Formats: sequence, C-alpha cells, structure tokens
Amino acid sequence: MKITFERRAALSRPVLLAAPLMALGLAMLTSLILFAALGKPAGQALYSLLLEPFVGWYNISEVLLKMGPLMLIAQGLAIGFRANVFNIGAEGQLIIGALCASALPVYFPDGASPLMLPAMIALGAVGGAAWAAIAAGLRVRFNANEILVTLMLTLIATQVLNYLLLGPWKDPHGFNFPQSVTFPDAALLPILLAGTRVNISLLGAFIVSGLAYVMMRHRFSGYQLLVGGLAPRAARYAGFTEARAVWVSLLLGGLMAGLAGACEVAGPLGQLQRSVSTGYGYSAIIVAYLGGLNPLGIVVSAFLMAALFIGGDNAMVSADLPVAAVFVFQGLLLVFYLGSLTFIRHRVSFNWAGRA
Amino acid sequence: MAPLLQLSGVSKRYGGVQANAGIDLSVDAGSIHAILGENGAGKSTLMKLIYGVERPDEGQVFWQGQAVTLSSPSDARRLGIGMVFQHFSLFETLSVLQNMALIVPGSKGDLASRIRDLGAAFGLSVDPQAMVHALSVGERQRVEIIRCLLLNPALLILDEPTSVLPPQSVALLFETLRALRAKGMAILFISHKLEEIRELCDTATILRQGRVTARLDPRQGSAHDLATLMIGRPMPPPVHPTPHGLGEERLALSKLSYDNDDPFGVSLKDVSLSVRGGEILGIAGISGNGQQELAALISGEIALKSKATTVTLMGKPAGDLGAAARRQRGLAFVPEDRLGRGAVPDMSLADNALLTAHGRGLVQNGFISRKAERAFTADCIARFDVRTSGPQAEAGSLSGGNLQKFIMGREMMLDPKVLLVAQPTWGVDIGAASEIRQRLVAMRNAGAAIVVISEEIDELFEICDRLQVLHKGHLSPSVDVAATSVEQIGTYMIGAAA
Amino acid sequence: MTILAFILAGTLAAATPLLLAALGELITERAGVLNLGIEGMMALGAAVGFVVTYTTHNPVLGFAAAALAGIALSLVFATLALGFMANQVAAGLAIGVLGQGLSSLIGKPLESQTLDAPGKWAVPLLAHLPAMGSLFDQDLVVYLTFGLAVAIWAVLNHSKLGLIIRAVGENPHAARAIGFRVRRIRLAAVAFGGALAGMAGAYASTLYTPLWADGMIAGRGWIAVALVVFGTWAAGRIAFGAVLFGALSLGGLIAQAAGVALPSQLLASLPYAVTIVMLAVISSNRRRMRLNTVASLGQPFAG
Repeated sequence: MKITFERRAALSRPVLLAAPLMALGLAMLTSLILFAALGKPAGQALYSLLLEPFVGWYNISEVLLKMGPLMLIAQGLAIGFRANVFNIGAEGQLIIGALCASALPVYFPDGASPLMLPAMIALGAVGGAAWAAIAAGLRVRFNANEILVTLMLTLIATQVLNYLLLGPWKDPHGFNFPQSVTFPDAALLPILLAGTRVNISLLGAFIVSGLAYVMMRHRFSGYQLLVGGLAPRAARYAGFTEARAVWVSLLLGGLMAGLAGACEVAGPLGQLQRSVSTGYGYSAIIVAYLGGLNPLGIVVSAFLMAALFIGGDNAMVSADLPVAAVFVFQGLLLVFYLGSLTFIRHRVSFNWAGRA
Repeated sequence: MAPLLQLSGVSKRYGGVQANAGIDLSVDAGSIHAILGENGAGKSTLMKLIYGVERPDEGQVFWQGQAVTLSSPSDARRLGIGMVFQHFSLFETLSVLQNMALIVPGSKGDLASRIRDLGAAFGLSVDPQAMVHALSVGERQRVEIIRCLLLNPALLILDEPTSVLPPQSVALLFETLRALRAKGMAILFISHKLEEIRELCDTATILRQGRVTARLDPRQGSAHDLATLMIGRPMPPPVHPTPHGLGEERLALSKLSYDNDDPFGVSLKDVSLSVRGGEILGIAGISGNGQQELAALISGEIALKSKATTVTLMGKPAGDLGAAARRQRGLAFVPEDRLGRGAVPDMSLADNALLTAHGRGLVQNGFISRKAERAFTADCIARFDVRTSGPQAEAGSLSGGNLQKFIMGREMMLDPKVLLVAQPTWGVDIGAASEIRQRLVAMRNAGAAIVVISEEIDELFEICDRLQVLHKGHLSPSVDVAATSVEQIGTYMIGAAA
Repeated sequence: MTILAFILAGTLAAATPLLLAALGELITERAGVLNLGIEGMMALGAAVGFVVTYTTHNPVLGFAAAALAGIALSLVFATLALGFMANQVAAGLAIGVLGQGLSSLIGKPLESQTLDAPGKWAVPLLAHLPAMGSLFDQDLVVYLTFGLAVAIWAVLNHSKLGLIIRAVGENPHAARAIGFRVRRIRLAAVAFGGALAGMAGAYASTLYTPLWADGMIAGRGWIAVALVVFGTWAAGRIAFGAVLFGALSLGGLIAQAAGVALPSQLLASLPYAVTIVMLAVISSNRRRMRLNTVASLGQPFAG
C-alpha cells in the first residue's frame, strides 16, 4: 500500500472537529476488543467508563471536581507545546506546588488566619513555577533538553514527597500512615456547589482558560510564542528570543500545575497525601493534545478526560478492571487522535495497489 | 541509431501545478544538450523524472530505444544515468570516501585510488579522506561529479552547476565537460544563463511554463533570441542607477570578527564595511563563504555582547543589540530563505505582516489589531503586485517569486533607513526579479542605505554602486562598480587577490 | 562475596537494561527519528517477558515475546510518526502512556509473583581475578548486551549499513535523491529500537529483579533516552554512561559500604539528579553537540 499526502491550502475545519470524535470512537472500539480479550465484561466496562459518569448529580459533580486541575494544567502545558517547549513534568510541578501550599497548615495546624488560604495558593503557584524554572534555566543557559529535565524533576519530586510524608511531615496521630495532619478550616477552599466536593478552584480554572484564550488569540505575546513553535528561524529573524519563549512556557506551565497542586490539598484532599496526584500531570498532556492545543478545545477535552477518570473508578468495581485500563484508554485516545490530525493538514490518499 | 535517451509526451503534476506538460526530448551520445528555462519553468522536475526521483503521470521514457520505467535513482544509475544536484546530495558528517561508498561498490582502498585517478584525468582533485563539511562549495561539486563518474555513466545530468562557481572555475568545469563529451558521454546541462549555453552546448531545449517552446542549436541564435523564447517576451532592460548625492553613514562594521560555534559554519575575520544613505553596496561571493553569518551579524540574529562597537547603526554602537532592537533603530532585512525564516508558512499573510511590522500600529497595548493587520497586508499586496487570494492566504501557498515580493514589500513599507537584502532573486522568475531590482534602486534614490548580498554577479553589477567580495570569511576592500570588471571581482572570489 | 565485589557485579547488571534500551534508541535516532516512548516499550516488554517466562518457564521465550511486544508498540509509533507524519514528541508520549497502561493491565494477575533466580555464567580465568573477578560472573544477557554495544559501534562506523543509517538521519532529502527509501529505513530503525527496548524491559523483570511489581521500570526508559544524549550518539560513550548509572542505582549499597547513613529517598533521587547535571554539562558544549547530533532528528519527512 502506498500512502500519499497532499497539503491542504488551509486547515480543514470539519475535520478539525471530527478528529477528536473519530479518535474517541476508535479508542472505544479498540479497548472493547482488548477488554474482551482479557476476559472482562467489555460492555459493562465501556458503560462504566463512558456513560456512568453522567448518571446522577453526584457522578457529574465528581467529574467537575477532576476537571478543574486537568483543565488548569493543560492550559499551561498547551501554551508551551505551541511554542515547541515540551514540559512533560507537570506532575512534579503539581507535587511541589502541593508541598509548598501544605507547609503552612503543616506548621500551623491550628491556624485560623483568613490569609492562610491565599498564602497557600500563592505558595503553591510559586513552588510549581520555581520547580519548572530549574528546567527553564538549564535549557536557556546550558541547552539541556527540557523534556528530560522536567521528567527527571518529577521523579525527584516524588521522592521529596515520600521523604516528607514518611519523616518530618508525617501526622504524629495518623497511625503511621504516610500523610500529613488534616488541614484546619482556614486552609480549605470554599465549596462552590453545595452538597458536592466541587470547590471554587473550578471557577479559577475557567478564568485561567479565558485568559489563555485571550493570550493565544489576541495578544502579541501569544503570537510570538506561536511563531516560535511553527518556525523557530522566523522567530529569531523577527527578534522574538527563544530564551523568552522557554521561560514564559515553563513558568506558566509550572505555575498552573503548582496552583492545581495547591487546590488539591486545600480542596478535596484536605491534607497532603502520597497520592496527591492521580496522574493529573501526565493526563493533562493528553488533555492538551486532544483539545487541539486550543484553550476552548481544552475545556471540552478536560471534561471528557475527567469523566474517563470517574468512569475508571466505576469500572474497577463493576467490571473488575484495574485502574490501568484508564491509562490504556488514554493512550489509545492520543494515538488515534494524532493519527486523525494528519487529515486536518493533509488530504490523504491510499493506493492499495502498491506502487503507482 | 536510436538516441541514448528519449522522452515522449512526459507530464507531471503536483497538486494544482502542471510542472511538465507533454515534454518530448531526445539526447544523443557524445553531445552536450542544454535545458534552458527560467525559475519555475519545470527544469528540475524534468530532471527528477529522468533520474527516477519522481515518476511521470503520463508519457514514456526510452533508453537506447527501449521503453523503460524508472522507479528509483538506483534504476537510473543501473542504466547509466548520473546526476549532479544543484543542492548537493552529499552528507556533511561523512568523509568524501564514505559519501562515495554509499552508492559506489568496491573496497575502500580501491575506491580511494579510483577517486585520485579520475581527479587527475579530468582536473577534479579532491582528498578522499576529507570531511565534506570542511570542503568549499566548488569542492563539493567536484565530489558530486566524481561520485557520478565512478559509476561510468553514459549520461550525466548537471543541474545549474555554474551557480556555485566563480567565473574562473566555470572555464575549468567546461573543459572537464568537453573532455567527457569527447569520450562519448552525453551531458544534460541545465541552466538559465544564456551565454554559458551558447559557449558550451550543441543543442538546446527551451522550457517555458512546463512546456517545450523550442529546440535549436544555441550557437546559431543570439542571446536575445534565446531569452525571448525562454520568457515569452524580450528581456527587461537593466536598471543601471545614475550616481547621485550620498547621505550620512548609516551602517558600519569595523574589524568585526566572529568565531563560529557551529563546526559546519564559517567564521568571519576582521570584516569592515560602511554604507551611506543613497547607495547600494553589493556583497559578492559564492554562498557558503560566510554570507549567512554576515547577514545574521548585521540583522542582529547573532548579537555579540562584548563587541558592541564593531557594528554601528545610525552612528551608534549596535553590535550587542538583538534583531528587534536593530529593527527599531531603522534596519530592515530580507533573508535569503523565505519559507520558515522570512515568513511562517503555516500562517496567513496578515499574520506574517505582524512578524516585523508590529511596530506600525498593528499592535496596541499588547493586543493585535486585526483591522490594522489586514489593512497593512492588503496595502502591501496591492503596492508590490503580490499575486494571491488575499491577506488570509497562507504564506506557504504562494509561489517563490510572489512570497519574495511580499516579504520585500513588508520590509520596504517599514521605511527603513538601512535595508539588508540577501539573495534577492533566488528562485524568482525573470519578470519579478527585474521588478525587485527596480524597487531596490528606487529606494536608494529615495535616500535609503542598501546592502545586497548576492551570488549573481550580473545582478550586482546592474544595481550596485560599490562592491565587496566575501571569501572564506574575509571581506575584500570596496571597489566602485564603474571602476572594476567581472574578472577583477572573480579574482577576489577565489581569494587570489589580497 | 565482599560488598565491593557485590557492587562491581551489580553495576554491570544494573547497567544492562539501560544500555540495551539506549542502544536501540541510538539506532532509531541515528536514522533521524526521536522515539520518546522507550519507557512504555520497556514497561510492556517487562510485563510480557515476565508473564511468558512465568507460564512457560522458558526465559528465551520470554525475551522473544518481549522483543515482539516492543516491536508491536514501536510500529504503532512508526505508523503515527512515519506513516502519518505526526509530531514525534507527541507520538512518543502517546505510546509511552499506552505501553505503561498495557503493562499494568497484563502484569496485574501476577502482582508480587517471583521467578527463579537466573543462572550465571562465569568467564573462565577472568572470574577468578582478585577483586575484579565478580565483574565476570554474570548472566549471559550482560555479556551479550556489552557485545552488542561493540557490534553497533562497528556497524555505525565501519559498514555500509551504518553509512546508510547515518545518511538518512543527516539529510533525508539527499538520501532520497540518491535513491534510498528513507521511510522504509527509518521504519526498520524504529522497530529495532522497539525490539531492544522490549528486551531491556524483560531483562529488568525476569533477570535483574525476577519479581513482578507494577511500575517497576521506574524511569529507566527515560534515563536510556538521556544516555543517548550523554553519549552524544556514540555507542562507546553510551556504554560508559550506562555503567555510571548502573553504579549510581546501587547508591544505597555504596553508601552502606562507605558507612554513610542517608535517607533512602535521597539515594533514590541520585540517578535522576545526576541525569540532569550530566545533561546540562554535555549539552552546554554546543560545538560538540552540533558535530555529533543527528541533523534531521525529530523532523517529519514526507518523501
């Protein structure tokens, strides 16, 4: 078979919208086959993964709860990806953000100051940005690949978290569990939707999405990043420096991941735990791509991915699927999405006869 | 006897562009056959079809009277076809010998001695052990030719071989080609330079817009006739500016040295130049002698933190300024590579206007004004006769000449005090090239200081007031165009004069 | 065995999965393709290798199955990156996620199961050297992997096949112009990288620590990718880097031998921190990077 690509004069809008749907369909089909092959009730699994999250207000509110951090992190990452700066260490930046935010309630477990919460949020954002700044500095000063550095920093962040929770920050009354004290009320985010665990950080994530949209669509600073990603030599020619793009991308990405980390400990968790992130930092990469690296698309893909997480929890119970099934599904989703993307930029023709 | 190579009714289409339409061609052994046509006429496509890089949509190729299908360059080589590409198909990180071993069978020692023998026989000496990245452009061409000759081809194709050679070396290349012809080899010589073809070739096939417009003996017709057949109308007359009063010094380099980090690049040594308002300074030389580095050092894409005073713009030190700061001071720049540097292929022309014209009211308080952006772009398209569907067309969809007119227009609309232009007419058709040269002269007459870096000597002689020659990172002293000759510039180009 | 001998022996064994995966990535990258999915291919290879060895009691079958699994996943990558010209970074991340997910899924039923300790093969004479002898008392895969490093060095520098791979990686347009089928060569290079990554995973799960634990690859695939950069795309320097990291991963033992008490988390972080420092040191020499780097690395090629 011979595949030929013919570049379209302009992006195909219909395909742009159809691509994620096509990917979703193909990923569903493939995982159906896979689960059946593993001897799991495939139909039940897919129902749990894809439909159950939308059954009942409680399920939906849980989806919204997961959507917040995914959306927040993905917005930050997408800005970098469009500038060809690949921060894949959001997971580590989230952990450090959560750590920094937790420092206050850990050291002042009886604190009641109204400034505690804002200070935690600020510390989280700064912590995440600072962790990413290591990678930015090394890339700008020493040319060190940011993909590898951000990833290594994530592995280190996990060890820092373990060290603190097994040692100095362990709750003395916590039956030796690796977790911190539970936070005082002054360290917790107010609930947004009464009767659910959804807190006001979701609003924050929507505001950030709006800002990201304005930046990438209407601001000259966003345009400069886009040029850097599409044609690095044109950016150099125009005088948009690469160093600036690296700093902006990594700092924004780290900042948002750190914020997400702070909002997790000050939100649904209410303490620092080893499982402060259930892979949000990695999943956000997929959210960013599935959203077409577009701030509006990311809102939709974050919702979808959050539903998938909740569905995965359901499937663990109802279809005896390990949590890994969610990651398999995520991987498939990204694989099929990247494949279908080609059709947006190119007209693809298949010649089954072989040589033309 | 059947001709060595014969094409009948060969056509090739790329997307919406008919690159070749119904081409008939017949090449005899022991002859040098010219393929003449301007940029975009379809010469390169035709050669790719003959060498098996691409396959024709229609038509038939015959080799020694037999119908053949060429589905890859190795098929072509097996028949006895060799090709020397304009942009060489050599690998910089490999040695000369390794480059040869990629397609020529034989042991290393054997190959090395054959390389030396061929070099001696045809005046093409190269060191087999040398790394390709360390070779000059002329040497690389020799390597390509030898690599073809090692396979004993019956037909040798050369694509624009003289564009990379100084005038003196062109004569040597022609001697080599004549010697090969005398041994019975057929040569397809692709060029857009009329005088060369008249000097060297036995037959010429002229292409225009993908079709054959004439087949003739080039020694019979005049250059004027050939030109008319090639572009469909008489050559546009040269512009030759008249001398006039000069303004103050706008740009100067004084003993600028640059030690290149890039082992495949060129370092510059003690480069000095000075340009005043109202004149055009030409930088001649074969590309690969430091042209890219010089352009980047002037544009600010390479800034030298510790050597601010080696570059002065408007009388003030600028060596430490980046590209954006130098542009603010009144410099504009048209780079030699348009797609990916002068313009972002995936962005609309309007967004490409923003690239350098953002200071012209296109950005307000950090927000992009789409209205101002579109107006600027529409104005540029109209004033510089850019053929396109409008400001929303993607830069990547424009032809080379039209995109060059757009970039040139964008930079000229910035009203620069200094304009730097690298290879203004590379890949541009003759009509557009003539228009671009006229614009440059008009800007000079309006008082701008202009630097043109070009490897087309004729072009430089046509529009420049003064010339300097770049060779291996050294820049020659300045000479007045009126007081010099192509021969003298050629001497500088091979570094023979101090 | 003294602790020093134990560390020496352990260093080479710990280096083996890193080196094996890095050699595969070396070939892939030399052909101009950046596959960041090594971690996923190793994880999948580890699970498949463990399951097959556990059920058949045949480690050779386990390695073969792991190699096939690695190839299969690398072909998914190749379809995206070479077939559909997708962004190679994104495609690598995608198969990374997919491989790790599949690994957990496949390994789940055998969580915490163990395999028999591997047999070792002592090199006659050398194994009895004083102090250094333990270096030459290893399982067979260790010797084969270091032998492979030599073979790959020879192929890349002294064979026509090596020249072709390098040519395709440096300038695919020129390679196509003189008649090489660039995408086919790249496909083969990607599949080779997949096979080696799969086997590297199997080594980690069946021979190095013959016990199944989810997430056992623990960043080794990424260190392998980093090793290719440290080694500036040369097999010898990559082998040297792998041994260095093998030693680092035994940091706990070494610290114990030196009589220093350090938090285990600090020791566990050491290889990652050293990776970062080494990356910065090696990459900062731009001239050297430019001389050794693969010019077309990561760029899609349509021809």
